Amino acid sequence: MNKQPGKKERLNYINQVSFVVDDVKLYLDTHPCDKEALSYFQEYSRLRNQALKEYASYYGPLTVDTADSSCSDRWNWVNDPWPWQEGGC
Amino acid sequence: MWNYEKRLQYPIKITQTNPKIAQIIISQFGGPDGELAASMRYLSQRYTMPYKEVTGILTDIGTEELAHMEMICAIVYQLTKDLTPEEIEKSGFGTYYVDHTLALWPQAASGAPWTATYFQSKGDPITDLHEDMAAEQKARTTYDNILRLVKDPEICEPIRFLREREIVHYQRFGESLRIVQEKLDSKNFYAINPEFDTHQDCGCR
Repeated sequence: MNKQPGKKERLNYINQVSFVVDDVKLYLDTHPCDKEALSYFQEYSRLRNQALKEYASYYGPLTVDTADSSCSDRWNWVNDPWPWQEGGC
Repeated sequence: MWNYEKRLQYPIKITQTNPKIAQIIISQFGGPDGELAASMRYLSQRYTMPYKEVTGILTDIGTEELAHMEMICAIVYQLTKDLTPEEIEKSGFGTYYVDHTLALWPQAASGAPWTATYFQSKGDPITDLHEDMAAEQKARTTYDNILRLVKDPEICEPIRFLREREIVHYQRFGESLRIVQEKLDSKNFYAINPEFDTHQDCGCR
């Protein structure tokens, strides 16, 4: 059976797929008709949104749009460490 | 508007403080070729940019620069975390510490405060895109200069990532300049300023 990825693995994955989205987004700004780049963007954008949702349900939200995915009865946005802090992202 | 994403664009985890190097790297926060100036430059220039691809690139690169500013601040923060008064005095960090304690404040390595005069928003797309391409190269040189002074791989890796992004942004601004020139008079790119002369006869043709 496959082991579930941990916090660090999930975050690394989010960083990787998000980087693809960020980089291809800039390329598409100056090449808006490149179909190959567009489908590459769509694929990684989907993977990123999925990963952000999953991360939020385990460890709290990284974005306001996934804040409702964390199964909790308290506001964790201020509770989890900020990215420059130890244990942050 | 903007939304905050609670992660760094590239992870930063520095385990060894180094206030000497922090004082060098802070230049990419508030120095002449730093990330704050870069972001403000592109986000200021975009409002009057008449070509949608270029407005898009200025918005998206200007936004990415904010994430780079956050990375630089995270590096400086971690390099100066929990310093003792003895470490501050010995490292020469005292001149910064006396005014800002261990907080982040946008200044150049020389101590000169950040100023809007580090960039121009000229209102002419050819002029502004040349400034933007030069800015990316100046930032790349600054990162090269930093990399010659830094040995700690925990610092070098995120700095190398930031250096790479300057090269990608330079490429995208080059494409933007080409897009602008393709829309202008090929016999004289300077015949009109498309950010100003489109609604009136400038009499300059």
